[in-house]
Amino acid sequence: MEPVVPLLTTGDPFPRGILPYLIGGLFVGLGAAVIYLATGIIAGASTFLESTLSYVSGIERFNRFKYVQSRNWRVVFTFGIVSGAAIWGLALAPDPSIWTTNVQWWRLLGGGILVGVGTRLGKGCTSGHGVCGVGSLSNTSLVNVATFLVTAIGTAQLVAALGVSP
Amino acid sequence: MSERDRSPLFLPVIYVGGLIFGLGLAISGMARPEVVLDFLQFDDFGLLFVMGGAAVVTGITFTVATRYLDRAPLTASEYTRRVKEFDRNVVIGGVIFGVGWGISGICPGAAYASFGVGNYPILWAIIGMFLGAYAQGYIRSLGTDDTTAS
Repeated sequence: MEPVVPLLTTGDPFPRGILPYLIGGLFVGLGAAVIYLATGIIAGASTFLESTLSYVSGIERFNRFKYVQSRNWRVVFTFGIVSGAAIWGLALAPDPSIWTTNVQWWRLLGGGILVGVGTRLGKGCTSGHGVCGVGSLSNTSLVNVATFLVTAIGTAQLVAALGVSP
Repeated sequence: MSERDRSPLFLPVIYVGGLIFGLGLAISGMARPEVVLDFLQFDDFGLLFVMGGAAVVTGITFTVATRYLDRAPLTASEYTRRVKEFDRNVVIGGVIFGVGWGISGICPGAAYASFGVGNYPILWAIIGMFLGAYAQGYIRSLGTDDTTAS
């Protein structure tokens, strides 16, 4: 890809190479495909938030049938994601070790709150819309993904321009 | 699909699928907010291959299954595509999600994977996501926005 974007700071658009990204992406798709082929379920990661809230909240919205009947397998799915990442990070990776972020806690918490609101209001997240919805060529998902990509790029550039790092 | 129609293999297969999914998120670097922020700041465009690679795999899978396969073996469910109704909340939600993703560099699936690689500070983000999901559910359950309940 030619670096046509004016904000690009260095010459190399892929300083980490593309292989880990591509292989990782294929695995993400494969995980979703295994579940889909076996069960017909199109798994997204963010419905887990609401369906899990149904265990502890009496609010009717969280106790709708689609959440209550899926909440057990969504916990299992999420536990699978955690353990798959652990297997890579702590055992199979070239340099197995615990890794922690340097991004400041208030960015994680504040950003996380907005992600939680946005994903539920917008009916999906990076996996639901971004992977499964785009894979379905759903117009709703394509609009959602274009919207969150543009907004996220603008936000991250603004935060960086304000001198917040990391 | 009710629980009693499910094969006993249902939960094990969900687990294995999640495991492969999480492995991919860890390999790709999406479990690291720094990598996502590098993408959003145009320092490293590699993330395009994560979403692209994954969407190609799901796209082929959905196409083959909906055209040529009958019913899912473990649930007897029909194969369908992920098509959700469009309304303005899809855009509003996308904007809010985008601002949050741009501030934190983390999204739900990647956050669970991030916890898996030992990144305990990501609990801030996971707690935030639950708070956000709870807040929107609580506010919408007050009845001010019933038109888009899906």
